[in-house]
Amino acid sequence: MSRSEISALREYLGPEMKGRSISDARQSVSLTDILGETCLGGRLHELAGRSVLLAVEDQLISAIAMTEVDGVAWRMLLCPPDLNSGQAQSLIEDADIDVVVTDRPARWMDAGVYLVVAARLPERALTKEKTSRATEWLMLTSGTSGLPKIVGHTLDGLAGAIMAEGPARHPNATWATFYDIRRYGGLQILLRAVIGGGSMVLSDPGESIADHIARLCARGVTHISGTPSHWRKVLMSGAAANFSPRYVRLSGEIADQAVLDGLARTFPRASIGHAYASTEAGVGFAVDDGHEGFPAELIGPSRDGVKMKIVDGSLRIRSPRAARAYIGAGAPPLGDADGFVDTGDMVELRGERYHFVGRRGGIINIGGLKVHPEEIESAINRHGCVRMSRARSRRSPITGAVVVADVVLADGTAAGRHETIRAEIFGQCKESLASYKVPAVIRFVERLDVTAAGKLARADA
Amino acid sequence: MSVKLRIFEAMQQIAKEQKVALPPLEDDLLLHETGFDSLAFAILVARLEDDLGIDPFTVADAVAFPSTVGELVRAYENVPV
Repeated sequence: MSRSEISALREYLGPEMKGRSISDARQSVSLTDILGETCLGGRLHELAGRSVLLAVEDQLISAIAMTEVDGVAWRMLLCPPDLNSGQAQSLIEDADIDVVVTDRPARWMDAGVYLVVAARLPERALTKEKTSRATEWLMLTSGTSGLPKIVGHTLDGLAGAIMAEGPARHPNATWATFYDIRRYGGLQILLRAVIGGGSMVLSDPGESIADHIARLCARGVTHISGTPSHWRKVLMSGAAANFSPRYVRLSGEIADQAVLDGLARTFPRASIGHAYASTEAGVGFAVDDGHEGFPAELIGPSRDGVKMKIVDGSLRIRSPRAARAYIGAGAPPLGDADGFVDTGDMVELRGERYHFVGRRGGIINIGGLKVHPEEIESAINRHGCVRMSRARSRRSPITGAVVVADVVLADGTAAGRHETIRAEIFGQCKESLASYKVPAVIRFVERLDVTAAGKLARADA
Repeated sequence: MSVKLRIFEAMQQIAKEQKVALPPLEDDLLLHETGFDSLAFAILVARLEDDLGIDPFTVADAVAFPSTVGELVRAYENVPV
């Protein structure tokens, strides 16, 4: 590959575009002069050809470090903030890490790596590093159980969907996401901001939803993404009244009709799209017609090189945007012999549309009859007073398991109406679900936990 | 409300939801004559666990599954809370 063919993030940053910035809850850094600055204390040249663990807790410093390290290091592993030290050690071995870039250097001194480089807010750089190679981007899967897997991408693959749409499709956008940018869904938004010539407003884990939305308004955010769970929290907060984005995106979980309709009512001026993507399969497609599921014609023909098929009920994707491999000794193959990645996401054809029904592993078994919790949640969420819900399995001495639903009601729902609402939800479930899928018990709860990856926490998944 | 009344109330509620014509509840009514299928019983046990805080059929493995309404009520009454 000749030098001119190598893409790296620094190629999208330069002084010719004014007024660009990246900010978090504490500070804002101008992107206009960022190429003349360093957050690595001028030590970027020591990373050339190295395998780098980017273990920077601060998202703002992490984002700028990514733009520096890309095109210089051999590979760069993006470390989400919730990683524990036992997991870190196995990642260092599996990814042959020899450099840790971190804003907590003391924590890594005993990690047994060749170099620990301190990362801090950018300052003027004395030298400028050039793009010399296509850096491998390593990310972690957001699996809820066991050790996360390391997934290897290229920048071209990660940015494939952005390039296919045309990077200038959203001119002068200020992007924001509820995701952490070290997660696939969050990184997509950072890349859209950097490659598309826009600005970026980062999330802050310690911030209340009301403060976060006030900051999104103050920064003039126009384009924003999150999981349906993130968005339900926004809708629940009642804090979105002054926020008026032009583009609202959902990904990472099933976007049901209730959340799509709720967003359309709250953001009447926004175009609302839900995207299908996974850390392994990359961005599959985006749907912007306001309906849950996706048109059946997306299955079969190849679009922008992305080919999808359904085998045994699960969505399979072959795509230049997919990861190239799992990384590490004994890592399983990522795709099948034909290059298709099995997403484990189960779909069902209803009329002219496919609908996501749940994860392959998440099935509840009621006396031999099976149901995906997501299908039940979707039926419950259609009730106007419901903000979010979680269906789960409870062991039963009679049928092995029964379905129990935990439901969060909209703010201001009077306690006196609970029994009426419970009966209405039961009625609604009975209308649209087979009787064994109707929850045995509906409990009203104050809140439901969302994982660090922005997805509804499922204890039994 | 007594345990017995709470069990009867839950059964009547489930019968309504499942569109089951429940005969008058008496101690010697056989459970298979109630019209409840295994799903309805599973729902009953799950709700009573929430209401009474106990599931006598899971707590002790020696409990035989009752065959009459009276035995069902006693299974709940006999579990120390």
